[in-house]
Amino acid sequence: MIELQQVNKYFGAVQVLKDISFTVNKGEIVGFLGPNGAGKTTTMRILNGFMLATSGKAKVAGYEIDKEPLQVKRRIGYLPENVSLYNDMTVTEYLTFVARAKRIPRRKVAGKISRACLQCGIDEVTNRLIGPLSKGYKQRVGLAQAIINEPEVLIMDEPTTGLDPAQIIEIRELIKSFAGEHTVIISTHILQEVSATCQRVIIINDGQIVAEDSLANITGSSTTGGSLIIRVEGDMASLRDRLAALDGVVSIKESASEEPGVTDLIVAVESQSDIRRAVAETVVGSGCGLLELRPIRLSLEEIFMRTITKNV
Amino acid sequence: MNCLPVYKKELRSYFTSPIAYVVILFFLLVTGIFFMVFISDFNMASMNAQSPYGEGYNLNITYRVVRPLLGNMCVILLFVMPLITMKPFAEERKTGTMELLFTYPLSDMAILLGKFFASLTLFLVMLALTLVYPLFMAIHSSPEPGTLVSGYLGLVLMASAFIALGLFISALTENQIIAAVATFGILLIFWIIQWTGTSEILRHMSILEHFNNFAEGMIDTRDVVYYLSFTLLWIFMTLRVLESKKWRG
Repeated sequence: MIELQQVNKYFGAVQVLKDISFTVNKGEIVGFLGPNGAGKTTTMRILNGFMLATSGKAKVAGYEIDKEPLQVKRRIGYLPENVSLYNDMTVTEYLTFVARAKRIPRRKVAGKISRACLQCGIDEVTNRLIGPLSKGYKQRVGLAQAIINEPEVLIMDEPTTGLDPAQIIEIRELIKSFAGEHTVIISTHILQEVSATCQRVIIINDGQIVAEDSLANITGSSTTGGSLIIRVEGDMASLRDRLAALDGVVSIKESASEEPGVTDLIVAVESQSDIRRAVAETVVGSGCGLLELRPIRLSLEEIFMRTITKNV
Repeated sequence: MNCLPVYKKELRSYFTSPIAYVVILFFLLVTGIFFMVFISDFNMASMNAQSPYGEGYNLNITYRVVRPLLGNMCVILLFVMPLITMKPFAEERKTGTMELLFTYPLSDMAILLGKFFASLTLFLVMLALTLVYPLFMAIHSSPEPGTLVSGYLGLVLMASAFIALGLFISALTENQIIAAVATFGILLIFWIIQWTGTSEILRHMSILEHFNNFAEGMIDTRDVVYYLSFTLLWIFMTLRVLESKKWRG
């Protein structure tokens, strides 16, 4: 649905995007993660046709953006980072304008508006002026204008800024409900946002894509490979030897624990092997008490910091 | 061409803000004062058998009232039109609504023409209100309808030229005051350019010079072509500005 191939963007002599390539498939929700100034918004603006790439190919919904911008724009919904709306219009007037601009037939406009308002939870403010509305409502009106044409591709730049926690959860639920029929790309620097809504993550730093993978792979939460941490009570010496003899174990490190008589062991495991059951049986078989066994998962923060510092 | 949504939105925004009413009010007030002065002069002259203005005074309402009124109206428009055209692009740029507008499936041309015709409509509303002056004259005297028709046509053509230039300037800046002042300045230069030299070319470039024929009841193709090409030139330039935004960011 979204396809970027070696996209470069220069602002004057400054290169903001360097050979960006990625694809987003139909029905996916993808998080576009990066620190401020990494080129997220520029990428979003290239995707929605507001800007043109200096070089490279950008295809959205099957159309090349620079060749058929109107075809692309009919099939997308865009929520900008700073949602600026016409403050002197009421919500209904504004959404009517957007619906007409997006070429929704006149007789369908009212139906689409009430549907979008209901989805975004703004159905009780439809007759109020946009200007005095709270930031949260404005954000949701912005979301309503993005989804009013039921776009194939939804492009959102920091969709939850300025919302209170309850609204954030609501909006995330709404975004998740788009999975399957809509293709969604969310740019954000908030990591929880990605883990809460997205299936796949693209990390961008300094205009370059530094990582691209499924959320499960990137955080190491898949069941194979990675490291296990086990907390055991009892005789260490024989246990270590027995564990080391297991298939798939690469190394074992011991680390102190706060409880007396209890030791934490970190077992590094070859990728592709799931040895949780074997480890548990070994520990119990050696007469030790197994108090805890869990895979070590990197938090998105750690991965993020690791990938962006590695590339600096 | 899908310019209707933008047209409606712009028109709405004009008539829900005070600017339209203030501009219309002062335009009517100033033209009304001019009309009153010309009419009362004409009135005085026509009541005295011995004209106080001398033997040469031509007692003809078209010559004495219609022409100077039209001439003054176009000078007043020079001041007033920049206030109408300062807003359309500059405000969207300032408030950031431009970003969303340009991600809708509207061509640059559709957006520009929507705004152009909205400004022109506001002008036409304002101009329609001045029709009370010819109406008043028609009731009490007999102005030549031909001169009125050509004069009003000339005003519409001239106003569209002003609007095209104004929108171009508005697209260049996000500051409405700069847009208004720059538009006024450039229009003024296009007016006084005829006095900068004796050159025939400079005289033909003058934006008010071309109105004279209309005020005299004459529709000359040269004048029509001048205003239309002036309008098209700035519409073309505005499109280039809107396009360049995609490259410059």
